[in-house]
Amino acid sequence: MSNQKHILSILVDNEPGVLSRIAGLFSGRGYNIESLSVAQTAENSFLSRITMVTVGDDHIIEQITKQLHKLINVITVNDLTDKKYVQRELMLIKVNAKPEQRAEILRIVDIFRCRVVDVGPEHYTIEMSGDDGKIEAFIDLLRPMGIIETARTGLIALPRDKKKSK
Amino acid sequence: MKLKGAQILIKMIKEEGVDTIFGYPGGAVIDIYDALDKTPDLRHILVRHEQGAVHAADAYSRAKGTVGVALVTSGPGATNTVTGIASAYMDSIPIVVFTGQVPTALIGNDAFQEVDIVGITRPCTKHNYLVKDITKLARTIKEAFHIARSGRPGPVLVDLPKDVMGAMTEFEEPGDIDLRSYKPTYNPNMKQLSRVVELIKEAKRPVIFSGGGVVLSKASGELVKLAKMMNSPVTASLMGLGTFPGSDPLWLGMLGMHGTYRANMSIGNCDLLIAVGVRFDDRVTGRKDKFASEAKIVQIDIDPTSIHKNVEANCPIVGDCKNTLELLNSMLESENPADVCGNPEERQAWLDQIAQWRATSPQRYEQKDDVIKPQYVIDRLHKLTDKNTIITTEVGQNQMWTAQYYLFDKPNHFITSGGLGVMGFGLPAAIGAKAACPDKLVVCVAGDGSIQMNSQELMTAIESNLPVKIVILNNRYLGMVRQWQELFYDKRYSYTNMERAPDFVKLAEAYGAIGMRTDKVNEVEEVLKKGLACEGTVIMEFIVEREECVYPMVPAGVAITEMLLV
Ligand SMILES: Cc1ncc(C[n+]2csc(CCOP(=O)(O)OP(=O)(O)O)c2C)c(N)n1
Ligand SMILES: [Mg+2]
Repeated sequence: MSNQKHILSILVDNEPGVLSRIAGLFSGRGYNIESLSVAQTAENSFLSRITMVTVGDDHIIEQITKQLHKLINVITVNDLTDKKYVQRELMLIKVNAKPEQRAEILRIVDIFRCRVVDVGPEHYTIEMSGDDGKIEAFIDLLRPMGIIETARTGLIALPRDKKKSK
Repeated sequence: MKLKGAQILIKMIKEEGVDTIFGYPGGAVIDIYDALDKTPDLRHILVRHEQGAVHAADAYSRAKGTVGVALVTSGPGATNTVTGIASAYMDSIPIVVFTGQVPTALIGNDAFQEVDIVGITRPCTKHNYLVKDITKLARTIKEAFHIARSGRPGPVLVDLPKDVMGAMTEFEEPGDIDLRSYKPTYNPNMKQLSRVVELIKEAKRPVIFSGGGVVLSKASGELVKLAKMMNSPVTASLMGLGTFPGSDPLWLGMLGMHGTYRANMSIGNCDLLIAVGVRFDDRVTGRKDKFASEAKIVQIDIDPTSIHKNVEANCPIVGDCKNTLELLNSMLESENPADVCGNPEERQAWLDQIAQWRATSPQRYEQKDDVIKPQYVIDRLHKLTDKNTIITTEVGQNQMWTAQYYLFDKPNHFITSGGLGVMGFGLPAAIGAKAACPDKLVVCVAGDGSIQMNSQELMTAIESNLPVKIVILNNRYLGMVRQWQELFYDKRYSYTNMERAPDFVKLAEAYGAIGMRTDKVNEVEEVLKKGLACEGTVIMEFIVEREECVYPMVPAGVAITEMLLV
């Protein structure tokens, strides 16, 4: 069995301590968290959606899913990996932008359809979103300019079908 | 009706049908104790250490088949419960632990006797709560009991800030508990169940393997019926002892590291294994890829995470053990009985094979007339007590010899810390069991090391008039660790010598209990008879063979069929 990346969409009670129960489950049982994003859902303020990227073989993913379900505050766990879904990640990236670099950076920003959100005398901060492939490609292109720092939200995802994901 | 938080707590505990709680007071719970003082119909047993309160509540729950309750103060009171909670968690025992907490306004300020007990116990409770709002108190308590006892049971902790206990509110009945995120599966998938019927009809060499889940779901009657219908031998984990009568010819003895030769060989050679309410602990399976490697495995458990965790089941069934076995039995009843119990010749050949394993390598010891063998003491204890006796144990060799030589005939009568293996469990557990079943004889089998971990609870037994009988198998060693040192560390007995020990007879007397001691083989019966017949709490100390080992034994990581025999 090979290790595979899985995107889990987890609906939980929006209560203090819930995230720590989930994080504790992962650390206590030696599972991996590659990325994690959490926020209250718009449809119901008593709920939060956690999108988590984790890695493991089928056996581990089965245990992760079942163990998550077992937590009293977890309402649903949806493994999106083998379903049709859309995924996005948001990144802010601060990059060197000396006058002679600016035109090239703006060209790349244009091609990737992202935006410069802050400008300094010698730097740009750029906002970009996309799937992880697009984000990695963007970073690679900017690397020669000198990346100062980045912040990423971690992946979020929803299934494509119309049904509310249970 | 206006009630104080503390009164709501007590009212809700009583509504759960709990008549006894175990606890220890302190500043943060002083309002609760003030209310308890005015509640004569809820018995409070004052322990001498909070760990004892939790073990007692655990055993109370097991002996009675209900939820056990412990109540302690904040900070050190709360941290002292952690070992007890972890043990109950590992053994899936339904208890609710109420801890005091500093007033809500002080939480997070490193206040005097503040500790984040909800954070500390998160990984060893089924669920836990901090109640900050008195209007949610009644409902939270009801939820706590519901979660503790339903599904796969387990400990739940409720942290109660002092100001919430002291405040007043209009009491409202919380109504029924319906948690949308928590719906255990009680009823099995019927299609899967009909597959089990087919597997049973095809089986030539079946074995039934019963675990703690059978005790918890009170499914022992159904399990026995299944075994009889199938004419199938039965083994059990440590936690499952008593779910199938130890006196029945189909009984194989315990399975695993210190299981019987015939039980382990049966697992290695069976073609169908029906595992009920077990989680395939490593102490049971040994080397996993060799475990029941010739068998189709049916696994029945209410907890989906128990399935495919350690052993791959061919036919997993998520459901309550009792419900599932009831349904399975009724399906089997509508089959031709001859199909269910297998081809008579094949089945007889299987049972003969097992009888032969038993004959060549029985569980055995040899009692000569010089030094007392610990197994002999347990053997005699078994002969001198009836099947309604509740036996608790400490941890180590004493625990394993009890499991091997005391043949349990009923569930809920063997109470031991199985998953966590906590030394210091046995005495407070005996007190909890006695509180649950005052009419039953309760015996704690102890080691000389373990008994010293919670011996202060002798005072609880005396003060609360809960007389228990303590049998100490004194080998002057931390015997189980010494056994591993003997077998795997060239007899380097590093820090396991316990020759310097208190005088246990005087210790008993210091607390107002009765103490007896013998090192003579021909006095064992007499001491047991006398001690068991005494009214009060008794310590019976047996000076036993120092370097006796528990056999058979499967070394860690080896297939369970590769046993070290005597
Ligand atoms: C709280 C705790 N600490 C340490 C251990 C490790 N341990 C397991 S068995 C054992 C020896 C127990 O000695 P004793 O109570 O004399 O029992 P015996 O094995 O000699 O019958 C020890 C130290 C444990 N199980 N629990
Ligand atoms: Mg000892």
